[in-house]
Amino acid sequence: MVAVTGMGVVTSLGQGREDNWNALIGGRSGIHPITRFPVDHLATTIAGTVDFLPSSRDGASALTFELADLAASEAVGQSCLPGSDFGGPLFLAAPPVELDWRHRLSLYAGAREHNGNKSLIEAARIAKAIELFDESQFATIADRLADRFGTRGLPITLSTACASGATAIQLGIEAIRRGECERALSIGADGSATAEALIRFSLLSALTTQNEFPEKASRPFSKDRSGFVLAEGAGALVLESLDSALARGAEILGIMRGCGEKADDFHRTRSKPDGSPAIAAVRAALSDAGMAEDAVEYINAHGTSTPENDKMEHLSLSTVFGERIKSVPISSNKSMIGHTLSAAGAVEAVFSIMTMREGVIPPTINYDTPDPAIELDVVPNVKRQAQVSTVLSNSFGFGGQNTCLVMAREPE
Amino acid sequence: MSPRDVVITGMGIVSSLGEGVDAHWQALTAAPPSPVLDRERFAPYMIHPLPEIDWSRQIPRRGDQRQMETWQRLGTYAAGLALDDAGLKENEGLCASMDMVVAAGGGERDETVDEVILNASLARNDQDVLLNEKLTTELRPTLFLAQLSNLLAGNISIVHKVTGSSRTFMGEEGAGVSAIETAAARIRAGQSSHILVGGAFQTEHSDMLLAYELAGFLHRQDWKPVWQRGGSQGGGVVTGSGAAFLVLEAREHAEKRGREAYAAIGPVVSRRVRRNREPLAEGIAAMLDALSLPEGPLLTVSGASGAHAPTKAEAEALGTRGTPVVRGFSTLTGHMKEAQFPFAVALAALAVHHGKPYPAFDPQNEAAFEGAPQAALATAIGYHCFEGMGLVTKA
Repeated sequence: MVAVTGMGVVTSLGQGREDNWNALIGGRSGIHPITRFPVDHLATTIAGTVDFLPSSRDGASALTFELADLAASEAVGQSCLPGSDFGGPLFLAAPPVELDWRHRLSLYAGAREHNGNKSLIEAARIAKAIELFDESQFATIADRLADRFGTRGLPITLSTACASGATAIQLGIEAIRRGECERALSIGADGSATAEALIRFSLLSALTTQNEFPEKASRPFSKDRSGFVLAEGAGALVLESLDSALARGAEILGIMRGCGEKADDFHRTRSKPDGSPAIAAVRAALSDAGMAEDAVEYINAHGTSTPENDKMEHLSLSTVFGERIKSVPISSNKSMIGHTLSAAGAVEAVFSIMTMREGVIPPTINYDTPDPAIELDVVPNVKRQAQVSTVLSNSFGFGGQNTCLVMAREPE
Repeated sequence: MSPRDVVITGMGIVSSLGEGVDAHWQALTAAPPSPVLDRERFAPYMIHPLPEIDWSRQIPRRGDQRQMETWQRLGTYAAGLALDDAGLKENEGLCASMDMVVAAGGGERDETVDEVILNASLARNDQDVLLNEKLTTELRPTLFLAQLSNLLAGNISIVHKVTGSSRTFMGEEGAGVSAIETAAARIRAGQSSHILVGGAFQTEHSDMLLAYELAGFLHRQDWKPVWQRGGSQGGGVVTGSGAAFLVLEAREHAEKRGREAYAAIGPVVSRRVRRNREPLAEGIAAMLDALSLPEGPLLTVSGASGAHAPTKAEAEALGTRGTPVVRGFSTLTGHMKEAQFPFAVALAALAVHHGKPYPAFDPQNEAAFEGAPQAALATAIGYHCFEGMGLVTKA
């Protein structure tokens, strides 16, 4: 049995569990006009960027590290484990890295010749700027985090696109179950809302262009939903074998009961029309948790606010849960924080456990025009008091990624 | 022997030496084996280029091929070779329940668009606006998907119908080490019965060279074997395009379907030596100790990159433990980053399977191996960080 003994979170709503939770149950949106870079020529000019950190303007790699660091510090702090000698492995969900455009352009400006990419490589060789090298290496962020928290062994950096955060948790659960370790640090972090990232998602028609009222733009399960809002954030969880957590007298915040996944072979960005992979992922998670469908009391939706996702998520859930799905509360944190991509699964796992602990379900905001094809109890617009003892959290991503987590308030 | 031993039942490898296990066995046991190099395209750097590949042999649909750039095609192709080799290609049921771990970096950026922006930037002060202007009009949507790290796995699911699970580990050699280490651990623990694991690296793209050269890692003088590059111009790494995918199965699972295995994967160890504070050679030696290696000469398929310091440290550490007989395969294939460790494991398995060693790839630095290898060690010491190795034994 795997327990959660520490949690940390950062989103556009603020830093730390308390600020985030208060905003979340207050139905407050963190989506705002983009000020980090000029928005000339862009179709989407809003985002859920994290703009209040020292490295908010230092590029994706620096910001992703800081987000992960802050979330992990809060989580390890809450777990009461030693801050710099964690003693278990690190699983980091992070966006793919690239040399930042600012650095590309400044290297090129200083190049001896200007013959395109070839001159850029030569300029790189002459400049020997090790911090730029670090920015281009996928291992860097996890390596620095491993140093800082004293995690054991080779840290794993992973990507399963928008399901990454959930996969980081899954890897931690599996490592503990194999008996390789007594605890694991699972982090999802994403500070990659650059102009190019925004443009790339725009080209795939994935983003909403409802720029006029940013806080209204993310409208999961509404009829007039029109795409997701790009966002940043981080969630971190200290996972621990229940026995080891109890033995050291740690507070048990929640239980990771099960996880499940299934890949989709239909299309690079669209899911199989019958929803079978998402259905299989939900069922695999329930089966891994040893739980029947009717034991799920709340669903933390993937709920991106794209026409496709919300339709498919409803289809798969109604297939698994049947008629009962209409009365199971389900809400989307993304209505307030946007889509934090690689971080989403971890951020939403933290919020799921807080939902159980606080006895309050955060709402799905901006639910003004229900989609008649999606009959769900989305906890519309205002929080709801409810005793929740089990949660299903969904994460789906491009590339056919489907990962689900089942969490519980108490051990069986 | 245990029903949950990890055995290798299929291998798909591609490098400048050719495609498939047989072509590699032929090329690597030729007397003497010699590298395939392209010294012109990226001069002053040399690379080991991809061989000519008929993609449609593993990626039949043109539409699928068009959705990928070379890196994803290469990985998807090698994965197909491995599934074929394991006799699983047409087995829908076993592919649908097969797990997958891919070690990946990033895919190819659009070099033409990047050059347009680089050159236009010299005459502009509003570079951020320039970026928006060019990227919104010039980027192709498909190329973004071709760049996403997890879309190699995504394409393998689409083309080969491997859908049990799909996980992508990112980060140079360490990602390849973790992919195999985790896959083997899951099989041993009964968390999985069969897993496709591997990686691909496509070096024939300026960005892939740029990432090494930001820290001056690339070798620039006349070509030399990896062990002889210290003191030459540049950092010692010669890159190569290539890929390696393995089908790993629980012994019991392979036996049930009547498959003979190439070899078994024994213990795999990994490490994160803090190289700025700790001697790397000592860290590598500690890994060797942790493996409790067999007595006598041990064929060692080394993934040494040629990067001066770590290559020297690896040679030094190997010299202090037992009698390893080293074969630095990057001498012939070039450095394949995320695919480096899976490739090393594949070559080790091939030698154990044939019961024959490889001849020295660098006779000045690599001793002769007498007899038939019963086991082989595979190593991947990161050119910059992270280390791993594993013992491959008779199935």
